[in-house]
Amino acid sequence: MGRHPVAAFGMFFAVFPFLMPYKSLASQVLIFGLFALGFNLLYGYTGLLSFGHAAYYGLGAYGTGIALAKLKLGSLWLGIAAGPLLAVLGGIAIGFFCLRRRGIYFAMLTLAFAQLLYFVAFHLSDVTGGDDGLRGIPQLPLNLFGWKIDLEGSLAFYYFTFVLVWLAVAGLKRILDSPFGTVLQAIRENGDRAAACGYDVRRVKHLSFVFSAFFAGLAGGLDALRLAVVPVESLYWVTSGQVVIMTLLGGAGTFFGPFVGAGTYLVLGDRLAVFTERWPLVIGLIFMAFVLFLPKGIWGTLIDRLPGGTSAGAKP
Amino acid sequence: MDFSLAAVLPQIFTGLVLGMLFVLLAIGLSLIFGLMTVVNFSHGALYMLGAYFTVFFLGYTRNFWLALLLAPLMVGTFGLLIERFLIRRLYGRSPDDPLLLTFGLSLVLIETAKIIWGKIGLTLDPPRELAGTVNLGFMIFPAYRLFVIAVTIVVLFGLWAFLTRTNVGLIIRAGSRDPLMVRALGINLNRIWLLVFGIGCGLAGLAGALAGPMRGAYAEMGVTMVIESFVVVVVGGMGSLLGAVVAGILMGQVVGITTYFAPKAAEIMVFVVMAVVLLVRPSGIFGEAGLAE
Repeated sequence: MGRHPVAAFGMFFAVFPFLMPYKSLASQVLIFGLFALGFNLLYGYTGLLSFGHAAYYGLGAYGTGIALAKLKLGSLWLGIAAGPLLAVLGGIAIGFFCLRRRGIYFAMLTLAFAQLLYFVAFHLSDVTGGDDGLRGIPQLPLNLFGWKIDLEGSLAFYYFTFVLVWLAVAGLKRILDSPFGTVLQAIRENGDRAAACGYDVRRVKHLSFVFSAFFAGLAGGLDALRLAVVPVESLYWVTSGQVVIMTLLGGAGTFFGPFVGAGTYLVLGDRLAVFTERWPLVIGLIFMAFVLFLPKGIWGTLIDRLPGGTSAGAKP
Repeated sequence: MDFSLAAVLPQIFTGLVLGMLFVLLAIGLSLIFGLMTVVNFSHGALYMLGAYFTVFFLGYTRNFWLALLLAPLMVGTFGLLIERFLIRRLYGRSPDDPLLLTFGLSLVLIETAKIIWGKIGLTLDPPRELAGTVNLGFMIFPAYRLFVIAVTIVVLFGLWAFLTRTNVGLIIRAGSRDPLMVRALGINLNRIWLLVFGIGCGLAGLAGALAGPMRGAYAEMGVTMVIESFVVVVVGGMGSLLGAVVAGILMGQVVGITTYFAPKAAEIMVFVVMAVVLLVRPSGIFGEAGLAE
């Protein structure tokens, strides 16, 4: 598993929907796992805590939603491309501002910019549907070299999502294994030293920020297709908080942590909701316990306990 | 639209009242951050608790003035517990960890408030003595809002006197400059940190208690306030108390005046001002570069 994480990911998530109580939850885990994967590239691997990652997820959701519902592009592929594209543009602009400061400033600035986008989306109801959310996203069939595949069945949609997320996971692995990925981790460990080695730290961080926005935007776009609606809450700070909680629960800086965390959060939330409307209280308490006692998260702690496990460097 | 001074003046005063809430919240955030480099994300939830505790004590004592005194004290005490049992465990770890922990805490507090006080907000009337309006000569303004401005000014002077005229205040200011040196002089900084965290949280509680009669009490009331207060701190300059005051009043004015001319843009303007300040002066109006970066 450790040596071939991308293959392991494919094998596990190929059978995943049959382990879940219902298929839509399985798709949700994949999509939020992808969102957390993007967040983790920035936080876990580059050491930048973004507290406003809902911005890129929301831009992705609105990008795909507006392309299909308002511009009526009529092509699923164009719709999917529009989401990450808008998120990347947002990442370039917001990253430019936020990366002027470091540490906690960076965290709170990303949150402030996400909140700015939330208010803009809230008031621009002609474009975004405002408080009611963006409705009327058509459920287009998938056109694959002339084949038309209907995605309305939840299992068909799951496997469509699965293939895209798998490609994204393979892409991330490629990024992390490249010299660029090594520089990211060097910056996480010691930014000043990386700068002294001659790397343009600000540019590398910005690139990581934009990559991260791309993954989050793809997740947002897929979620717009899954729900056929973009709620304005996609851009809300709670969404940013969710991805932070998921990634930390799973294990920041580990390859599978985001998916372990997204699965734990969503399945736990789904089960708890049966018992109590106040399930975020339980999640909040669990999250606090993890920050205090298990900062490496579920997956990070698990690989540390395994033989040959190490707490340093990139983890599978 | 009416652009006359008579029409804009009430807006300026309304902005000033909002600015006072920003100042109280931002000065607490900034005080805690300046000394401990901890961003207290639960600050908004403590503001919310301030409002609810006021409702609670008002129902219990039937005396608004007593409730206004007890609520911030309760929130401050709660802050002491947070520092002692949660934040203290994280010293020496990544500066992100206290932010993450207090973020979790704010979720817990918001949900707990919903369980105790219900999902629907509560309203709170100003006391009888402050229920009416006051004729200032050039305009008529609600008495309670003038009271909020007055209380904030008095509290700010008290805080200023405490920080500049007492030994503990001297230690606090020295501790935010050079904690190692203060320790070397044999001063127990842990107790100072505990005290400052409690004062900062108490100020958030006071802001909530003062806001209650104007805005009511509801579980999510602190959410946007904490984000906007943080923007105020960034604009003023992290760790600068004067910056928090100036930027708080400035932001209150920005919101107040935008509300008059373009209501929909009011919430957005706060962030636009922040973006401009960041471009021109990344460390904020009164900030020093390098604090906790």
